[in-house]
Amino acid sequence: MAIRRVLPEELQSAHTEIRELARGYGLETFDIVFEMVDYDEINEIAALGGFPTRYPHWRFGMEYDYLQKSYTYGLQKIYELVINTDPCYAYLQVGNEMVDQKLVMAHVYGHCDFFKNNVWFSKTNRKMLDQMANHSTRIREYQDRYGVDVVEDFIDVCASLDNLIDFYSVFVGPKAKVPQALDKQIDEEDIARPQNAGFQYRSYMENFINPAHHVAEQERKFQEAEMKKAKFPHLAERDILKFLIEYAPLKNWQRDILTISREEAYYFAPQGQTKIMNEGWASYWHSRIMTQHILKDSEIIDFADHNSGVLSSSPGQINPYKIGIELWRDIEDRWNRGAFGKEYDDCDNGPKKKAWDLKLGKGQEKIFEVRRLHNDVTFIDAFMTEEFCERLKLFTYGFNRRTGQYEILDRDWRKVKNQLLQGLTNFGNPVIRVEDANYENRGELLLAHQHEGVDLEYDKAVETIKNIQKIWQRPVNILTKYNAQPKVLGFDGKDIHEKDA
Amino acid sequence: MITGIKRDHLRFKQIVKGKIKQNLKKYISQGELIGRQGKDYVSIPVNQIDLPRFKFGKRQQGGVGQGEGAPGTPLGPGEDPAQQQQAGNTPGQHAMEVEVTLAELAQMLGDELALPRIEPKGQGSINSSKYKFTGINNVGPNSLRHAKRTFKQALKRQITTGMYDPNDPVIIPTKRDARYKAWKKVEKPENNAVIIYMMDVSGSMGDEQKEIVRTESFWIDTWLRSQYNSIDIRYIIHDASAREVDQDTFYHTRESGGTLISSAYKLCNEIIDKEYPSSEWNIYALHFSDGDNWSGEDTKLCVELLKVELLPKVNQFCYGQVESRYGSGQFIKDLLEHFKDEERLVTSKIESKEAIYRSLKEFLGKGR
Repeated sequence: MAIRRVLPEELQSAHTEIRELARGYGLETFDIVFEMVDYDEINEIAALGGFPTRYPHWRFGMEYDYLQKSYTYGLQKIYELVINTDPCYAYLQVGNEMVDQKLVMAHVYGHCDFFKNNVWFSKTNRKMLDQMANHSTRIREYQDRYGVDVVEDFIDVCASLDNLIDFYSVFVGPKAKVPQALDKQIDEEDIARPQNAGFQYRSYMENFINPAHHVAEQERKFQEAEMKKAKFPHLAERDILKFLIEYAPLKNWQRDILTISREEAYYFAPQGQTKIMNEGWASYWHSRIMTQHILKDSEIIDFADHNSGVLSSSPGQINPYKIGIELWRDIEDRWNRGAFGKEYDDCDNGPKKKAWDLKLGKGQEKIFEVRRLHNDVTFIDAFMTEEFCERLKLFTYGFNRRTGQYEILDRDWRKVKNQLLQGLTNFGNPVIRVEDANYENRGELLLAHQHEGVDLEYDKAVETIKNIQKIWQRPVNILTKYNAQPKVLGFDGKDIHEKDA
Repeated sequence: MITGIKRDHLRFKQIVKGKIKQNLKKYISQGELIGRQGKDYVSIPVNQIDLPRFKFGKRQQGGVGQGEGAPGTPLGPGEDPAQQQQAGNTPGQHAMEVEVTLAELAQMLGDELALPRIEPKGQGSINSSKYKFTGINNVGPNSLRHAKRTFKQALKRQITTGMYDPNDPVIIPTKRDARYKAWKKVEKPENNAVIIYMMDVSGSMGDEQKEIVRTESFWIDTWLRSQYNSIDIRYIIHDASAREVDQDTFYHTRESGGTLISSAYKLCNEIIDKEYPSSEWNIYALHFSDGDNWSGEDTKLCVELLKVELLPKVNQFCYGQVESRYGSGQFIKDLLEHFKDEERLVTSKIESKEAIYRSLKEFLGKGR
């Protein structure tokens, strides 16, 4: 690893000052360690997802290639990089101006407070730096033993499945261990016929209490329930990676790599789930700390310039930093004025609503509460209002097949909100479950895509199924819809086949 | 041992090159690469290698944006604003340009087509000279002053004259201490080659035919360049008369009128006689035409020229017959008839872009 440079005196004192200010505002963080790196190093660390100790894989090299080129051609530059660990590591770029460094530090304090306090991060491993190093060691060992190419191919497969996890399962806690053998599971289920009503009755009553059609109906329901019981997994499983780890016929080293891949996916998941909130929160705080305390007169222009760069939004795109910070400020303002609740919502007098002020002063309290409890989905759902959408000029867009262009569709705030939520739900991934591990009674795997209006990208879906088949080794199918027609897409190791379902 | 990101980066580049190699056949026939040629490298567009995942089809999905505009306002053609919608969430799709040096490309071509290495004739007949720094001199220009040696010399002098104080090690070189780098001229025998392209630009040769010629010659250039230290390339166009032109004109001129192939062969022969004595040069002559010569008389003249003048001088004479919308002419048959056993003459029919691959193999497969 490269030699890390010690923080120069000037930055050290700026750090101390910012830390005290942040504490004064009530931000509560892990200890933060700032390190000086040059642009090459920051690109390297960013390409590795923030972890210099990450295991070897070419996709990090690809990311690095991209970062390096876009930096060289002046297209983009990484300002800040902070990782969710305890202590929290953050990187400062050597070549940045002083005002940028201070901005980044203040920003990092926002992030770190969020990492530490937001409930969605509460289950993440704060010693991930060490864990990543362990993963790397294990994978290198496998490479030495089984060959670099073999291991690389398997990592390719694993990485292609890393969004097939259940983003909420971290809160469920370990489930009871399911027995390994599939048939055992079925045998052990109690099989019970529907019982007759539990009271004594005369035999002539039989036809009234248990009419023939009722009995037949009961029997049918029972059979159905029986079929369901026999199905494995018993309930559809969202955490497909976990399912594969437990039941796919893998070699030990393969199972271990899949486990590593899953573990890292869960580690990164909350960051994806709280992007808007987290960036907004950090921007809110850097902006307050900088403008209220830190900035010297001579720095104000540079600050404004860079800050507006970070928060800029071009038409047709939304910037999570911008939406985030605006929403935080909006919440603070509304709770300061008491502009919420039934009375406010029911008021349809525009000017009165605008001037609404109960002098409640609860803004600060509220935003700290929100940063503890919400993720992007609930954040947008609970706090995005009509006025907010109008003020930020948000719209929905869609693809027009006729013109071959993306077009603005609507400015109705409910639609905007809906569209935004749809994009954020399940971290923007399709919801897919393991439906049946003994599909067609042939040990085939059936996945089911919960179709909510948007089809899966066909080519990618096909390639992904092929990858799952490499793990499951028996044919793999997915139930989904294309153009509103339910379809089962399958791969048996040789061919892709498709049939209407 | 390389560690960290450099290793991943290297591996990634290997994979990309592997992809290019895999798809070389496609690149060869599509001529995509020509417009992307720098001095020593070609930049090849490669789809980002990405790991497949279950994801939503983009077009159906739509998204949320920010800004002015009434419903119906277009946001830009087929561009995908969704890319930015969740900036930073997911590594986006970047189309990549991979720079491959011409030498590497030639290597791939060689591997792909199993081309034999060319054994140049006239071993080292031409000398090229280079200047190399070989030693140290007492005199020279300031720009070549060797700082380290100069100070060393000054140190020596100060020690011998007792002017050196270890506690205050100040060293001041005088003019006499100055040392300069000295150079030598190194002569190196080299094999030189010239490629002479001839093309029929009569009315029957359309843009598509020229595209084929362009693509074919790009690959021939690339291969021959990798085999020789330096290469001259000359271009001749002809219809009923021939003239020498530059590369750009060569590919873009369109004339009408008849075809007298002999005119080009004559000019080619003149150029060789004047500038490229065959004892010193490896000469490659390539002629592309749709094969519609004006008269049998002229064809006879061409055969004569080839037999007596051209073939004895060149390493290889290639004739590529491109099929135009008027069909394909007679010339290739005439040549085959007269030069059945002549090794130096290679003919190839190039009916379409797809045939370029095979045709390259025919032209370059002889290893001459």
